[in-house]
Amino acid sequence: MTAEPLLEVSELRLSFRTELGPARVLDAVNLTVGRGQIMGLVGESGCGKTTLARAVLGILSPNARIEGGTIRFDGLDLIGMDRERQRREIKGRRIAYVPQDPYSAFNPLFRVGDQIMELMKWNSPRRAKSEPGFGALLTPYPRRRYRADKAAAIAVLGEVQIPDPERAFHKLPEQFSGGQRQRLMVAMALLTNPDLIIADEPTTALDVTIQAQILKLMKGLAKHRGVSVLLTTHDLGTAYEICDEITVMYAGQEVESAPVAEFFANPRHPYTARLLESLPNPSRQMREIGGEIPNLVFPPDGCRFHPRCASASDACCRTRPPASGTRQVVRCFHPHPSRLEAAT
Amino acid sequence: MSATAPLLRVEMLRRHFPVRNVLGVRTGTIKALDDVTFDVRAGETFGIVGESGCGKTTLGKTLAGIHKPNAGRILFEGGDISNLQGAARAAVSQRLQYIHQDPGNALDPRWTIGRSLDEPLATHTSLSRADRAARSREILAAVGLPAEHLYLYPHELSGGQQRRVGLARILTLKPRLVILDEPTSGLDVSIQATVLKLLQSLQKAFDLTYLFISHDLSVVHLMCDRVAVMYLGQIVEIAPVAELFAAARHPYSRSLLAAIPRIGGRRVTDTFALEGEPPDAGNLPSGCRFRSRCPHAAPICSEHEPQLEPKTGAHKTACHLADSLGPATA
Repeated sequence: MTAEPLLEVSELRLSFRTELGPARVLDAVNLTVGRGQIMGLVGESGCGKTTLARAVLGILSPNARIEGGTIRFDGLDLIGMDRERQRREIKGRRIAYVPQDPYSAFNPLFRVGDQIMELMKWNSPRRAKSEPGFGALLTPYPRRRYRADKAAAIAVLGEVQIPDPERAFHKLPEQFSGGQRQRLMVAMALLTNPDLIIADEPTTALDVTIQAQILKLMKGLAKHRGVSVLLTTHDLGTAYEICDEITVMYAGQEVESAPVAEFFANPRHPYTARLLESLPNPSRQMREIGGEIPNLVFPPDGCRFHPRCASASDACCRTRPPASGTRQVVRCFHPHPSRLEAAT
Repeated sequence: MSATAPLLRVEMLRRHFPVRNVLGVRTGTIKALDDVTFDVRAGETFGIVGESGCGKTTLGKTLAGIHKPNAGRILFEGGDISNLQGAARAAVSQRLQYIHQDPGNALDPRWTIGRSLDEPLATHTSLSRADRAARSREILAAVGLPAEHLYLYPHELSGGQQRRVGLARILTLKPRLVILDEPTSGLDVSIQATVLKLLQSLQKAFDLTYLFISHDLSVVHLMCDRVAVMYLGQIVEIAPVAELFAAARHPYSRSLLAAIPRIGGRRVTDTFALEGEPPDAGNLPSGCRFRSRCPHAAPICSEHEPQLEPKTGAHKTACHLADSLGPATA
């Protein structure tokens, strides 16, 4: 990949205001998502993966404060950008969102088709720039565009394998099962022809057999349409299934970023290695990491993993290790050797 | 089967829930448990796996006495406990304990850890105050916490420590059978590893028998000796864990195994074939309940409900076609 990546987050610092003081939830985080790539953002709960995804989308809660760094999306600076312009052009259009919980994402009182068309009324790719914006709430939906949008919506429902899309349009959300609702969510994300889909734990609420179906569907559609996906998950198995690359976060810092095969075969950061060892596997001894995740209001200095790390040295306690490596990037003073770097 | 009687024997256990419309008129039945039969031997870990809605939690709650069964028998230590009431039931619950998903959450925030640990002893035993305090200390040490924690409140402990106290609280009564309902669901892998190791060491230390209810097959593989696979209120397969994972016979068990992501192996998204979703529990298909999704379904499957039959010793399968399916593709 020689072209500029689609999404580039660099040295992003973000904190939440709390009663005890600022919680430094993102500490100089870097993340790159290439065009057409499925990037997995993995880590345990509280590591900041969802906060990072929400920062990219621009839907942070009011007590969040971005303290530094940049988010570049297709050459645009999302942090410095005019809020109104971001909302009109980026959020929900060029960056779509698939939520974690398909049960609460729909309004239970409105038909699914009406909820899809409400989205299309404002965010359809066929919507002309000259049409009035949100301010004009009584604007009618232009009939011709409505028909084209509805045809497109029904086509996408077919693509996500909703049986009988015409009739599905007139059903209420409660008439769909969890797996079907997540399919509808994926369909809604695809409808605006986005460049990037942010999927926040999209299969956590689903059973394994349904999870396998949804992952298969998402992977197929993303590859077929060439959409980039940023998928956050705490489940390494899910990440293994559909991601091309994986970035691991620990306590608000990214620690390692690597192609998926390399990541699982040869983890370089001590945290990544210990995380993989803590997976239940009957064929080898399961090891726990020991210790606990730090409180982000009073995080450890330097590498935030050092209090739990066996190979920690003085330097680890003082300064955050710089990124090293080109394909398998690791931020550690004492990484495991890389097979990938040695070969090139 | 060993010569000794099983610790827990469940025979044709049935629990149906009525479905009522807005006027309170009964319109149907959800068969959460339908003629479930199995044994749990002393000292083993017996796993119950299945997807949401298959009845595994109803099973745990019925065994723990939270639900009353509609039919069937629950033999615990040789006696039928399915219809016991009041004091007789309370005596059983000393020996048969149920642990919720997050035992730490069950602690009273206004009670010290010591008081929380003391309560089950005060209720169920006639020990003196000093004996009870000694027992609390002993149990707290067993779950890896210092004795000073007796004087702390739950909010002063971390989530993992609260979980340990929750487990300790159940162990103070020295139960024989512990029903663990999804003990690690929603936990991160590193915390899950800690909890599983703790459960294993407690089992050794206190000679416990576990009934381990989970939807996570990789955890079940690691923890259990024998496993029952449930689908829509029925057990479709019971087998020793190694045999189930190497050679599952029921098509549903095979799909379930095929759906787990195996890191380093073939990707499920490239190979997984099971279509559709479980049918509505209030409106089941005739015959075999899995037939609407089963790739091998034959006419016989819609006519007769298959029974759980032993083929080779301890391995039982409820499928008409299990013999003709051929070996599982691992």
